[in-house]
Amino acid sequence: MPRPFRFGPAAVSRPPLSAADLVIVAGLGAVLALAIRLAWRVPAVVAGPEISLSGWALPWYALLSTSRMAAAYVLSLLFSLAYGYFAARSARARKVLMPLLDILQSVPILSFLPVVLLGLSAVLPQGIATELAAIILIFTSQAWNMTYSFYQSVTTVPQEIREAAAIFRLSPWLRFRVLELPFAAVGLIWNSMMSWAGGWFFLMAAEIFKVGSRDFRLPGLGAYLQTAADANDLRAVAAGVLTLVLTIVLLDQLLWRPILAWADKFKVEMVSSDAPPLRSWFFGVLNRSHLIEWLRHRFWAPLTEALDRRAVLPAEAGESTRTKVLWRRLGAGLAAALGVSAAGGLLYGVYRAIEALAGMTAAAWGGIGTGVLATFGRVVASLILALLWTIPVGVAIGTNRRLAGVLQPVVQVVASIPATALFPVLVLALLRVPGGLNLAAVVLMLAGTQWYLLFNVIAGTAAIPQDLRDSADLLRLSRWQRWRTLTLPALFPFLVTGAITAGGGAWNASIVAEYVTFGGKVHSTTGIGALIAQATATSDYRLLLASTLAMILAVVGLNRTWWRWLYHQAEVRFKLE
Amino acid sequence: MTTTLTSEDLLTVHGVTKSYGAAGNTFLAVKDVDLRIAEGEFVCLLGPSGCGKSTLLRIIAGLMPATSGEVLYCGRHIEGVNPYATIVFQTFALFPWLTVEQNVTVALKARGVDPPTRHATALRLIDTVGLDGFEKAYPRELSGGMRQKVGFARAMAVEPELLCLDEPFSALDVLSAEALRGELMELWLGKKLPTRAILMVTHNIEEAVLMADRIVVMGKNPGHVVTEIPVTLRHPRARKDTAFQALVDRVYAAVAGHTPSEAEALGTAPGQPGLTRRLPPARINALSGLMERLNEEGGRSDLYRLGADLQLELDDLLPVLEAAQLLGFAQVTEGDAVLTPLGKAFAEASILTRKQLVAGRILRQPTVLWIFETLEKDDNQRVAQSYFLDKLRADFGDEAPRQLELAIKWARYAELFAFDDDTDELFLERGQE
Repeated sequence: MPRPFRFGPAAVSRPPLSAADLVIVAGLGAVLALAIRLAWRVPAVVAGPEISLSGWALPWYALLSTSRMAAAYVLSLLFSLAYGYFAARSARARKVLMPLLDILQSVPILSFLPVVLLGLSAVLPQGIATELAAIILIFTSQAWNMTYSFYQSVTTVPQEIREAAAIFRLSPWLRFRVLELPFAAVGLIWNSMMSWAGGWFFLMAAEIFKVGSRDFRLPGLGAYLQTAADANDLRAVAAGVLTLVLTIVLLDQLLWRPILAWADKFKVEMVSSDAPPLRSWFFGVLNRSHLIEWLRHRFWAPLTEALDRRAVLPAEAGESTRTKVLWRRLGAGLAAALGVSAAGGLLYGVYRAIEALAGMTAAAWGGIGTGVLATFGRVVASLILALLWTIPVGVAIGTNRRLAGVLQPVVQVVASIPATALFPVLVLALLRVPGGLNLAAVVLMLAGTQWYLLFNVIAGTAAIPQDLRDSADLLRLSRWQRWRTLTLPALFPFLVTGAITAGGGAWNASIVAEYVTFGGKVHSTTGIGALIAQATATSDYRLLLASTLAMILAVVGLNRTWWRWLYHQAEVRFKLE
Repeated sequence: MTTTLTSEDLLTVHGVTKSYGAAGNTFLAVKDVDLRIAEGEFVCLLGPSGCGKSTLLRIIAGLMPATSGEVLYCGRHIEGVNPYATIVFQTFALFPWLTVEQNVTVALKARGVDPPTRHATALRLIDTVGLDGFEKAYPRELSGGMRQKVGFARAMAVEPELLCLDEPFSALDVLSAEALRGELMELWLGKKLPTRAILMVTHNIEEAVLMADRIVVMGKNPGHVVTEIPVTLRHPRARKDTAFQALVDRVYAAVAGHTPSEAEALGTAPGQPGLTRRLPPARINALSGLMERLNEEGGRSDLYRLGADLQLELDDLLPVLEAAQLLGFAQVTEGDAVLTPLGKAFAEASILTRKQLVAGRILRQPTVLWIFETLEKDDNQRVAQSYFLDKLRADFGDEAPRQLELAIKWARYAELFAFDDDTDELFLERGQE
């Protein structure tokens, strides 16, 4: 499946840590504290559902997992459109919404899983709560980059096209339908695909989440794999992985590729590009289908026509000013009331959070500090390992067409397997080795993050202009000189972009990687992820709040200092234009 | 439309001013503009880039509000977008994902026209502009000229009373532009358009003389109306015609103006009272070319011919001319550029002497001199770029980075001072040796 490499929104050049960020982090802490209050009431033992290892159960499990993904995706899409549109339209809302989005984007999502799970279990029946928690978790992994992409598209509509929409008096609805949504379509679709891939990673983790004697398994592929590994049933593990890959490939062929092929007409460039349009056999089938044509003619066209007709603007805008002012006042009043009550709630949350944190012993804080450092060490180790193998291999694929033709499809399929799905297998293999869990944790982080780096290296290599390569040849640069003066500097921006995403993923993985319940026994290693999981298992809610906040602060802090600096260097010094 | 005309004027613009930015740091785009457009008239707004002509057009169409002053349409004030006006855009502003037909019908859909009428109107208009057969094509499949035809068809679909054209031919190749101008004039003069007046923004003088009944010449800093020149030549107008060329010459003179007095041209240093002049966005190579050309012509040349010979559009020629005047290399009188003795020396000098000549002259420019002196006073003769940017912002606002860039470009050529990209500092060239 040769697919052009594309990446989600390149890491945004972020502002340095500001007072607003602290407010937002405090707000997050408040929400966490409130959720944890709720979570007090969860029973100490939760029995998971029975997972069948029969091969016949696999299609059913695949369907269940896919449905969870779909539900979360629909939620993410609606959220992205609403949030992005609102932020793009209102300058005042933007001031709050965009920094909030940026923080949410860099928060390690899995650190929320215990809190969300426990909080929901406290108020809902266990089955529904686990389902909902999984969906919310996937939603939080999918929504931000899509929102960001949509917001960026809406704000970058060329001025003259926006003016054309105004001068031809397109109603807000019509403008959204024929201008803003189509303009955002391509970016939104690519980001949806990224989100979908990320969603598998978290779904697998959410389906196999077990803490102490609480078993939050969900019937699905992730739980199947976990159970199979637990039972040492290698045949079932293989069948499960195969089903997962098959599901992912099928979705790619039947859903994403047709959508991409269809979205080709939304490309904004005005010149016919040289690159051949993306092909999809399934899109071709749909396009020739009479049924689709009939549906479009009978249902889609009348529906949009009716919607469009409802939204025609009055001949002159002047007449409705008074009612407009009234509405605006009403809206402002409502917003103020909402804002005040939200602020009140948050203040209460902050109070509770501070109260909880104040009760922590110095030793506990020390443990958290050690944990953050240990996990940080693993993240760094996994990044270095990933860089060590992805740079040579990526450059080789990027420069050698024959190699690319052979390796790319393989890489695509391997990369599409969510690392979390393989984790139980990994643990099975490594637990007997001394320091095995430590190793398994690094390997899981590596497995989850290396692909971002590899794809970025390939893209970066392909982006080195031919004339620079030619001059390197003409100058007879030695192999080492060539790496130093051409390849590495040219790759630098791509490496930074890849590493930012990869690093975030690695922090995330620590929560499932550092604390494992396997074969009825708990295995854990030092780390902030282990602390979060352990706090959940032992119902130590103070520790849970403190360690979750610590992890958020660590990741956001790193993003705003180290990565921000590197990103700036990449932008200013190493950008090939 | 049921309103009867109260006067001959379709549109009156009264003391319109538009400024951007917050208090203390405002940028005046247009100042105190008066304009009238009569029924049946074709008016051109002409001027160099930055004179606010496009801004004025957008205020007239109701796309943006004026900061002060008023726009009356048929004697009435209209809130928001003027529903009786429409715009044809420079970059066409078509929806790339809609076909030619859909691009035209979407304008009708927004007015609530039913599907069969939409379809019929679109087909008729696509036929009128000569694009029949291309109804189902997407804009990217069309040439620039054809895309602009779609732009015109879309504008005509809403039967505008006031048709606003924002440099509609400037993104087209020469031949397509000429053909499209001819077709528009045929429709307009043949009264085949439901339009009551046309307002066109352009920086192309010949185009204005070719099409308009009246040319409103605008100047910049801030944008204002310089003069109005009626065009009474009969259609079809021929470019080779002596009367045509005389008029083009006259418009050129009005646009280029006269060389201002030295004090006025130089202005004051940033931070000092008085108006700080902007550096013109001219390239040194273009200046050399202009000087050499003028010298070949015997030291004096018609601006109109000069532009044509050097294949420079007005927007490219004027900044170079401005730079030449700033350096004292040339003067502009009555639509002619005249080489000064200094300019002649420059034209005939070697590269090294040229640099020295520019170095001597550019230091009279207060902004450049101020940067130079600031660097000289510094112990290391290096000062952070941000220092200059902050000070320049007070005078130039968002334009400050570009102004600093221009100053550095000229100073680099003259080997006065330069910019260190690694440390973001400006430094004296001498200090390096």
